[in-house]
Amino acid sequence: MQESASIWIGLGRALKKCVLDATGTPWLADFVHTLAGVVGILTLILLSALILVYLERKVCAWMQMRLGPNRLGPYGIFQTIADIIKLMTKEDIQPAMVSTVMWGLAPILLFMVAMTTYAVIPFDAGVIFADLNIGIFFFFAVSSQATLPMLMAGWASNNKYSMVGGMRSVAQMISYEIPMVFSVLGVVMITGSMKMSDIVQAQEGLWFIVTQPVAFVVYIIAATAETNRTPFDLVEAESELVAGPFTEYSGMRWAYFFLAEYAFMVGASCIAATLFLGGWHGPWLPGWIWFFIKVSAMIFLFMWFRWTFPRIRVDQLMSFGWKVLLPLSVANILVTGIGLWLFFPLS
Amino acid sequence: MAQMKLEHNGTTPAGTELYCLNMGPQHPSTHGVLRVMLELDGETVVKATPVLGYLHRGIEKLAEVRTYPQFIPYTDRLDYVSSMCNNLAYCQTVEKLAGIEVPERAEYIRVMMAELNRIASHMLFIGATALDLGGMTGMMYTFRDREYILDLFNLASGSRLTYSYVRIGGVMNDISAEFITLLRKFLADLPGMLTEYDNLINGNEIFQARLKGVSIIPAAQLVSLGVTGPVLRAAGLRDDLRVKRPYGIYERFHFNVPTGTVGDNWERYMMRVLEVGESAKIIAQALEGLPEGPVMAKIPKVIKPPVGEVYHANETPRGELGFYIVSDGTTKPYRLHIRRPTFYNLGSIETLCRGVKIADVAAVLAVLDPCMGEADA
Repeated sequence: MQESASIWIGLGRALKKCVLDATGTPWLADFVHTLAGVVGILTLILLSALILVYLERKVCAWMQMRLGPNRLGPYGIFQTIADIIKLMTKEDIQPAMVSTVMWGLAPILLFMVAMTTYAVIPFDAGVIFADLNIGIFFFFAVSSQATLPMLMAGWASNNKYSMVGGMRSVAQMISYEIPMVFSVLGVVMITGSMKMSDIVQAQEGLWFIVTQPVAFVVYIIAATAETNRTPFDLVEAESELVAGPFTEYSGMRWAYFFLAEYAFMVGASCIAATLFLGGWHGPWLPGWIWFFIKVSAMIFLFMWFRWTFPRIRVDQLMSFGWKVLLPLSVANILVTGIGLWLFFPLS
Repeated sequence: MAQMKLEHNGTTPAGTELYCLNMGPQHPSTHGVLRVMLELDGETVVKATPVLGYLHRGIEKLAEVRTYPQFIPYTDRLDYVSSMCNNLAYCQTVEKLAGIEVPERAEYIRVMMAELNRIASHMLFIGATALDLGGMTGMMYTFRDREYILDLFNLASGSRLTYSYVRIGGVMNDISAEFITLLRKFLADLPGMLTEYDNLINGNEIFQARLKGVSIIPAAQLVSLGVTGPVLRAAGLRDDLRVKRPYGIYERFHFNVPTGTVGDNWERYMMRVLEVGESAKIIAQALEGLPEGPVMAKIPKVIKPPVGEVYHANETPRGELGFYIVSDGTTKPYRLHIRRPTFYNLGSIETLCRGVKIADVAAVLAVLDPCMGEADA
């Protein structure tokens, strides 16, 4: 861990020291330190969703020659807050014949999955909740669990649209998880480590987008599918399945799905920035600001996709995943391997 | 209400069960209140049955208690995105029955209005198709441009959707100089708009992949189903009433009738895009040849057509819209029947949807361009 300590590390240490001085119990100080990390991540997710909902509507409006929200507060910035109040005060409708436990658990589980992935995202040098030695593997392993809550929601809702949506989410996950993981393998091969901080360190000189452009493209496509955004929003395909697994949810239960969706998008953008865009590296500005800029650029890219592309069909999605993306990512691994063998035979 | 019943009683070759999905009458992509009962094998449609009648208002029966001019506003409410064409078809039928001659200037204005309405309707179609395929932004652009036409109609008739502008014996009132200026400006802007659609909607790889090669039906089968309009022309048949049985003054204009070769959803879509250009050609010619003179014939205060019956059909954006009127010599029709193109086109859903995926049901519905106000009359 490099010692150019970011402001966030400083804050964390100050907090730890404060608690240690006040109580004199080291375990409590550690506990508070960890709790601060959890609260920090939770705040980040909620805050980013709050801002992104507003931004998404503004970006969408801009692309569609509309004004977007402009009534509540200057430039309509309080629109999302009004939305949240609306969602919280809405009646909690549970349709008849749903499988209550599964149906109620699904949105919470999905949000938990989304939150867990944030544990391994390096926001700045050293600012990472858990710098596991299998960091990137952990991210993919956890994020693919998102399929289960989707399937649960689809199955438990007792609605055929939901069920088809749930089934689609499984089919989509199988088709896209493999190319996505394979696309990242090239980066892992070059770095020789799955640890997030190592991967970012390795990009100090040259971002991996330069050496791994194919992997980057495959990752972006697969990540779009992973986060269920257009052109791969088959799971909730509005014009076909009404709202897919979310059809029977309303109020805060629906809001959990929505939050998780945005959390996944931010998460996928963070990973893209970490693996291919050099993470926190960048001149002049503090690392976390660079990271923020890179993630914002990625999020804008996803929004751009969403508001300009039509939706792909389910059989096209699978044949594209298996017949195009998978061979492409495997070929990328092969070429990377040959390149490493030629230029760094001893490493 | 029709019962949900499986026709094939259960299982597929793979041993899985078929299931029924009721798409509509309240569904984001059924264009109003169409209901389609789908029998599905996983994602694949085994059978699709359209159920109509959720918007039935008994317009044909209402006609029997209205005088001839009183029925014009009802035709607005048939296919509410091409009201001008409906007005025109009805008024020409009554004129044919009563033997009324329409002044030259009115004929030209009628053609301009009908073709403008065709463009407006096709623009709505292009946007709605993009929307049904998941591309929400496309719709905003076509609606922006459709607004130009609605403004023009507003200028001429004072209303944006239900015009009742075409009257028996002519049109409601003359068009102003401002209208002509704005129309010329619109015609000049139109190629730019079409390029924009081309970049955003038609040119998109995914959009093309979604439509190409889906639901190919030969023309003969479509004819036997009574399908008319762009859907039939996409299958390669040059079947356009404006050319086949010219009404009004259509034989004076030069324009192409776009026809397809394969007859898949992509060509059904492209027919509309190409027709926009052709309609613009007709409007330009009509503007050139627009004569001076009255816009209303000298017709009696009370229209009493002689005893007899008449059938007259127009080419609306959706196909052959025909009015069949039986007159008993009084001020009200004895019987009025409307041949509604959407109604017949929707009959082809079962054929078009066989073997496609759920997502393509939305695409098929989109390219049929149904307007439920017309289908249910």
